[in-house]
Amino acid sequence: MIKYILQRLAMMIVVVLGISFIVYTIMNLTPGNPAQLILGQSAPPEQVAKLEEELGLNDPFFVRYFNYITDMVRGDFGESYQTGLPVFEEILSRFPTTLTLAAVAMFIAALVGVPIGVISAVRQYSFMDAASTVAALIFASIPNFVLGLILMLVFSLNLGWFPATFLNNPSSYVLPAVTLCTATMATLVRMTRSTMLEVLKQDYIRTARAKGAEEKSVVLHHSLRNALLPIITVIGVDFGYLLGGTVVIESVFAIPGLGSLLITSIRMKDTPVVMAAIMFVTLAYSLVNLIVDIVYAYIDPRIKSQYERA
Amino acid sequence: MNENIEYKARSQFVSVLYRLKKNRLAMLGLAVLLIMAAVALCAGFIADYDKDVIGQDTANRLQGPSAEHWFGTDQFGRDVFARIVYGARISLTMSIIAMLIAVAIGAIIGAIAGFYGGFRDNILMRIMDILLAIPPMLMSISIVAALGQSMVNLLIALSIAYIPVFARVIRSSILSIKDQEFIEAAKCCGSSDRHIIFKHIIPNAIGPIIVQATLAMGSTILIIASLSFMGLGVQPPESEWGTMLYEGRDYLRQAPYLVLFPGTAITLAVISLNLLGDGLRDALDPRLKN
Repeated sequence: MIKYILQRLAMMIVVVLGISFIVYTIMNLTPGNPAQLILGQSAPPEQVAKLEEELGLNDPFFVRYFNYITDMVRGDFGESYQTGLPVFEEILSRFPTTLTLAAVAMFIAALVGVPIGVISAVRQYSFMDAASTVAALIFASIPNFVLGLILMLVFSLNLGWFPATFLNNPSSYVLPAVTLCTATMATLVRMTRSTMLEVLKQDYIRTARAKGAEEKSVVLHHSLRNALLPIITVIGVDFGYLLGGTVVIESVFAIPGLGSLLITSIRMKDTPVVMAAIMFVTLAYSLVNLIVDIVYAYIDPRIKSQYERA
Repeated sequence: MNENIEYKARSQFVSVLYRLKKNRLAMLGLAVLLIMAAVALCAGFIADYDKDVIGQDTANRLQGPSAEHWFGTDQFGRDVFARIVYGARISLTMSIIAMLIAVAIGAIIGAIAGFYGGFRDNILMRIMDILLAIPPMLMSISIVAALGQSMVNLLIALSIAYIPVFARVIRSSILSIKDQEFIEAAKCCGSSDRHIIFKHIIPNAIGPIIVQATLAMGSTILIIASLSFMGLGVQPPESEWGTMLYEGRDYLRQAPYLVLFPGTAITLAVISLNLLGDGLRDALDPRLKN
């Protein structure tokens, strides 16, 4: 098991290095001179040249990338062009809000989506099954910012049940999290339903029923446990989409998270902040996928035994 | 006994079409898409771009839906229906072009990786894995952030974000085909690698590509609208659906229809593409149904 975890960790480091290279390359395509941007258009050329030298902008691309990575490992993402403050501190102060939002959304999606998927599979072709399939289709297709605006109109502006602006209290998270979770919830309903239908046809389920196991035990113990593997994969993959999706949701509900920082920084052409924010989200995504892989191995004895035998 | 009876084998295309026709939801999706495409094509006959779409008429601002303005007017007095009709043109055209670019480049990468295997496959697929590790929305945002906010840059961003998806699909289709007898036969006949890839392998691997492209088109419409909604995509006064939502959100309380109509248009387009994509997948491989 430890060998498996170490192997996955090594793979994650390679992927993260690759991501950092791609993001760094893309960000280097940004037109304009960062030194000029920091000092302003009216700055004298000598001063601009001096700052260019200080920032290492005259170094070859790979040298700059290497310096960026070594600084990044030490937690130094550079300074913001706009505020002059360390980017890492700004990101750290905003990241918990984004992570909480994505985690709450995923929790709601799993808590509602998986049971609905199970019921749909157990009662295939029932009204409940048809209703959940149609609802899943609509929720998977409705853009989350449209849903967010509708929910805000109904529950904040008209009914006044939830605050229309973000106040960093639990009730402020409800509408954004519900908005964010719908697409993942729809995917989970569909995935759980189809996997459960597959599992319920297996011989060992018939055997379990034949030996007199209770229906509840057959569904929850024998079927759901075996259907969990693809469901966990969806949770892992979709967590990345939720982290990406928070960018839009934060913009709808004016949440001071990483997403809104990213959008503001893009408008201000604050490249170090943009790069760090994107790196941070993709890093979190890779980390979640690593955790999912480990959980996968823990749940599936076949994966675990592969590594125990070796 | 029954010597006169001729058994005519259905071609794969005809049987797929037959199965697709039997799927009512997929046909509904196709019908909605065809209507949207027709409306987008005939936008010039439905509304006047200069007068209704970008022309301002402040005397008629924020008028609710009426016989004259079916979907009402926005904060500048522009006709919302006309803007949605022209918006269909932008959303559909951009997503189709982005998909074509992504499929073309993804096909080349996937074909090289799948057909030749070995070192080339390893290198190309590891690069694709890394690209796939960045969610398409974030990838698009970072490219738009670097290149600047414009329609062309958004198109480049979307294409790059979806290249790895198609490269993977095409590679796996090729892997399942390349060892079959008809490929060996083509090799024995002295066909070149390029001829085998483009004339024999890709036409046989086209099914999964079409399914993926249909489903990905829905996602690209969402990303285009999301980026425009955040002010990073299509810029006002262009009448893209996300841009309309971006402008309409400030009037959410007094004119909710400014959000509801473009929002419905996006949802309808995405639902139709998802229905058609699901239908095509089932039609191509009926075993996958459920």
